[in-house]
Amino acid sequence: MVTLTDYLIVGAILFGLSLAGMIINRKNLIIVLMSVELMLLAVNMNFIAFSSFLQDPRGQIFVFFILAVAAAETAIGLAILIILFRHRQSINVTDLDTLKG
Amino acid sequence: MNFTPPDFFPAILEMLTLGMTCLVMLVYLFLDQKNRGITYFLTQITLLGTAVVAISLHGSPEVITFDGSFILNSQAILLKIFILLSVSFVLMYSRTYIRENDILHGEFYLLVLFSVLGMEVLVSAYSFLTLYLGLEIFSLPLYALIALKGNKPVCQEAAIKYFIMGAIASGFLLYGISLIYGACQSFNIHEIISMMSLSIHTEPLLLTLGLVFMSAGALFKLGIAPFHMWVPDVYEGSPNAMTLLIATAPKLAGFALLTHILVEALPVLFPQWQYLLIAVALLSMAVGNIIAIVQDNIKRMLAYSSIANMGYMLLGLIAGTPRGYGAALFYMIIYVVMSLGAFGVITMLSRKGFELEKVDDFKGLNTRNPWLAFMMLLILFSMAGVPPSAGFFAKVGVLEALVKVNIVWLPAVALVFAIIGAYYYLRVVKVMYFDEPLEKTPVILESFDTQLAISINGLAVFFLGLFPTTLIELCQQAFLA
Repeated sequence: MVTLTDYLIVGAILFGLSLAGMIINRKNLIIVLMSVELMLLAVNMNFIAFSSFLQDPRGQIFVFFILAVAAAETAIGLAILIILFRHRQSINVTDLDTLKG
Repeated sequence: MNFTPPDFFPAILEMLTLGMTCLVMLVYLFLDQKNRGITYFLTQITLLGTAVVAISLHGSPEVITFDGSFILNSQAILLKIFILLSVSFVLMYSRTYIRENDILHGEFYLLVLFSVLGMEVLVSAYSFLTLYLGLEIFSLPLYALIALKGNKPVCQEAAIKYFIMGAIASGFLLYGISLIYGACQSFNIHEIISMMSLSIHTEPLLLTLGLVFMSAGALFKLGIAPFHMWVPDVYEGSPNAMTLLIATAPKLAGFALLTHILVEALPVLFPQWQYLLIAVALLSMAVGNIIAIVQDNIKRMLAYSSIANMGYMLLGLIAGTPRGYGAALFYMIIYVVMSLGAFGVITMLSRKGFELEKVDDFKGLNTRNPWLAFMMLLILFSMAGVPPSAGFFAKVGVLEALVKVNIVWLPAVALVFAIIGAYYYLRVVKVMYFDEPLEKTPVILESFDTQLAISINGLAVFFLGLFPTTLIELCQQAFLA
């Protein structure tokens, strides 16, 4: 029997993976965008698990909103990525060092 | 099954903004190159008109609508008035800048208006769903705005950094919301409050984790240490007009986000979030004030100053009393007015092909344009907290709120940091008044409305310091209801 805790653990692992993907990754900005996406999916996992456990459909409605916003967010992220590539001919994370941070 | 339409009246400000945004979009489509300036006036009419409606709504009783997910109370109206006014000032300051730097497209004004719409929704949110949607509507246009100036690679780097940090922030916020949803079976703030008062021991672990993640998301958005890494980079990398925009109104929206989460939804967890906020406030004040000293770039310096100022604002929330919350709101409003003026002067001094960035660029401003230098002097004195400026009363307010609840050591530490902080503000004053100018040409402001705006802005800082009572009372009332 798969319990609520198992789903939450999967959600937490996905969330941790996405965070690690953003911090450890030094190569490719597209991987960062994928990690952003994965982070939102980890949240969706949590919402659906709770929603089914609590017998409350509102959690799943929230998931639809997150999916829609995630699509818009990725569109903007990719657009910025394209103009960045046009100017630098690279999407390497380590090349983003003009600003000191 | 019966469907009764919700009461649309409380959302009148948002509907006005949205309707006018669509109008600006249509008008822009049919304008030829020469008449593009009309979009500017339409945008100003939208912002000021909505602000006037907001002022007329002030004092009306609290209404909750849309199935308990939208609220209109005095706090929301006050924040909306200042958001609308500050964006209107931002557009006035940056008008020449965006024309000379070829950002003058209708998209600029459209993105600004959509961002304002998002801030209004966020301020009025009464459920975590509206909160999240408002947050995204206001952040997404800002990412695009920074990247709008296509010919400068550093802008795109700033945009992608802002984008990634913003995405992480909303990821944290959402993860927190999901945990609180699991603990309280609802993401409606009203239902969460009643759920908490019914059974305090719902799921303490889930609640605490949810609180930590949600406040981390909000602190990210406000740029509070230890989540501040993006602030100096984004401020420095963005074109000056965009720095002016992201340094002002979004801070008010971020404040609304933080208070919705902590003060309105989770007051039961006050003991937990008080410790959390004490830690981040101390860290912010230390990091902001100390690192700002060594900055040569004025935008980076003001970025660190914003980190420090957010730390002072948190002191009001730490007090945990309506008086403290009111003081925090007052601090936030005064901070936004000051940073509007400071970044406004920076934007006005930038010309085609010249971005004012170094502190040295201010050298001898007094001989080049005495009035502008004097306005900058008032603003910097206020930021340093010199009495009788508004910044002084803002600091006194938050510190007094802490002393009232018998926390004395924290205000003492905050004062020490404020004294350290005074150094780098006064350094700019010294550079403006006592150094020889690098170029002797006087600075002439072209348009009259820009001059008027900066004068109003500078004098407002001064007069809000002389007569702070009205605004302080408005802020206090916002949290007493």
